[in-house]
Amino acid sequence: MSLSKGIVARNLALPRLRSLKLASLQPAISLLLIALLILVHKILPNVQPSGNTTNFVDLVYVLAGLYAAWWIASSFVGSLKARLEYATPIIIAVLVFLNAWELLTLKSNIFPAPYFPSISKIIGVLFSDWQLLGLSALYSLRLLILGFTCGAAVGIPTGIAMGWSQRFSYWMTPILRTVGPIPATAWIPIVLVAFPSSFWASVFLVALGTWFAMTIMSWSGVANVDNAYFEVGKTLGAGNWYLLSRIALPAALPIIFIGSFKALSVSFVALVVAEMLGVRAGLGWYIQWAYGWAQYQNVYAALIVMGLLFSGVISFVFYIRDRVLVWQKGLIKW
Amino acid sequence: MVEIAEAGRVSIRGVTKIFNPGTESELTALDRVSLEVEPGSFISLLGPSGCGKSTLLRLVAGLEQATSGSLTLDGEEIRGPNYLRGLVFQDPTLFPWKTISQNIATGLDARGILAGKKDKVDEYINLVGLKGFENVYPHQVSGGMAQRAALARALINHPKVLLMDEPLGALDAFTRMRMQTEILQIWESRGTTALFVTHDIDEAIFLSDRIAVMTPRPGKIKELIEVPLGRPRARNHPDFIRMRNKILQIFDFSEEHLLSYYI
Ligand SMILES: Nc1ncnc2c1ncn2[C@@H]1O[C@H](COP(=O)(O)OP(=O)(O)OP(=O)(O)O)[C@@H](O)[C@H]1O
Ligand SMILES: [Mg+2]
Repeated sequence: MSLSKGIVARNLALPRLRSLKLASLQPAISLLLIALLILVHKILPNVQPSGNTTNFVDLVYVLAGLYAAWWIASSFVGSLKARLEYATPIIIAVLVFLNAWELLTLKSNIFPAPYFPSISKIIGVLFSDWQLLGLSALYSLRLLILGFTCGAAVGIPTGIAMGWSQRFSYWMTPILRTVGPIPATAWIPIVLVAFPSSFWASVFLVALGTWFAMTIMSWSGVANVDNAYFEVGKTLGAGNWYLLSRIALPAALPIIFIGSFKALSVSFVALVVAEMLGVRAGLGWYIQWAYGWAQYQNVYAALIVMGLLFSGVISFVFYIRDRVLVWQKGLIKW
Repeated sequence: MVEIAEAGRVSIRGVTKIFNPGTESELTALDRVSLEVEPGSFISLLGPSGCGKSTLLRLVAGLEQATSGSLTLDGEEIRGPNYLRGLVFQDPTLFPWKTISQNIATGLDARGILAGKKDKVDEYINLVGLKGFENVYPHQVSGGMAQRAALARALINHPKVLLMDEPLGALDAFTRMRMQTEILQIWESRGTTALFVTHDIDEAIFLSDRIAVMTPRPGKIKELIEVPLGRPRARNHPDFIRMRNKILQIFDFSEEHLLSYYI
């Protein structure tokens, strides 16, 4: 958001004539490209097997209508206009890509079927198979939340204790050094037999990857707290518990949050692999299953859902961080 | 009304501090230093960099242990940090995750007696002139305001001694002079004992009842000077300037040097 404000501000600072031209031309280009996309679909013959593309065309109509409404409204509402001007170049790029992709796949098969299905076909899958995709996304989310929470719940205290106590760090370091760097997914053969169900085995894998990243970052977070804070705390009458929970922990939080982003990306990998090899549910399993039937359009559809889901999760953690770390200046925005 | 703190007597007797004893980097930071700080008095430790001012202050704060000698507060041996010996550093070291008012309240919070003390926190916010800034974070205030907050944070515990290690060292000349006046006002109204580290001669003269002039290698108190000037003190008064010359002489600046410096 802050980035967009900066760019909008810079746009507005352009000479008036130029900004007028840009502002009025770009939405028109977008609409032209949308029209082109529909024309391409309706007029050119399909070379790849098309499947059902009505969903796609309907969707394009709806989005085109919304965009046109946005454009009209923007001449009355200043904030809408600024956002339109900010978003339009990206929208144009996406439309160019969509046109090119449909031409290269569906309309010419230069990118051969079935490996490169047309967007219209992928959208068709999103519509026809939304129940299974949605259910798979929920399964993945459940696994992620359980695994990540368990991993963080163990990792953060482990790391803080290591940063706090020399003795604990003495005993933990060898474990962390040897076990930590092993990718969680390498444990799959052992974990699958060691756990009563493949579900809990998968939770464990996700948790393991999370645990390592969280431990390392919480540890260094606490170990790097400026000693002056502890000294001030002590001269103010703080006991050990206060020093730990009210000084060490908040001071380490920014680094712990960096650890949580690292942990998230590790847990995404663990999650997908666990679903592909272990549990028979979730988006990882869906991709594996669609691949088995060479249903590439379903693979792409699942990838899109996965991208949205994981991006949503990251946004959520950023949102939490921005709430918790309001006191920090110069936060990077997502 | 601000409660009047009970002022403490600090006795420093033959204190030696050796860092890294028995190693190659052994360093005698303080060599048999003795100083009696009367209850309610304002004493400055003045000296060039490396003469052990901070070390002495940290010993009184209980953040370092003396190699030999004794330190007592009201006859009780100083063993570790305690809220009765409040400390302010050159860097305000406010907790960046706490608002100004939460920072000031830390002493009460840490001792578990914060509940129902909102008035008291407000009182200390007012004492240092930070009304209106209660809910902002440290990175949003100026250096002078941050240092005021650090002062209030140390004072809220009613320390018997207030230890200040170059608290104004990072401020510009104007803020610095204004803060000197404020510190004096607070000290006079609170009646606490103050031990103040500085390497600014004028600051020491302006503030102190007595100045402990320290010299380095090894750190020693070379001379303990009374400042027989009434308050408030004018920095351009002839007695003030005479006092300054006297101290400069202790540091072996020759008369010629002084003359050329002042012309
Ligand atoms: N923790 C420590 N370990 C080893 N040497 C130290 C330590 N703290 C201080 N010293 C040394 O002790 C001597 C006195 O240091 P101190 O910080 O007390 O000086 P100071 O008078 O406060 O100087 P400044 O005006 O620069 O703050 C210096 O030579 C310093 O290098
Ligand atoms: Mg110092």
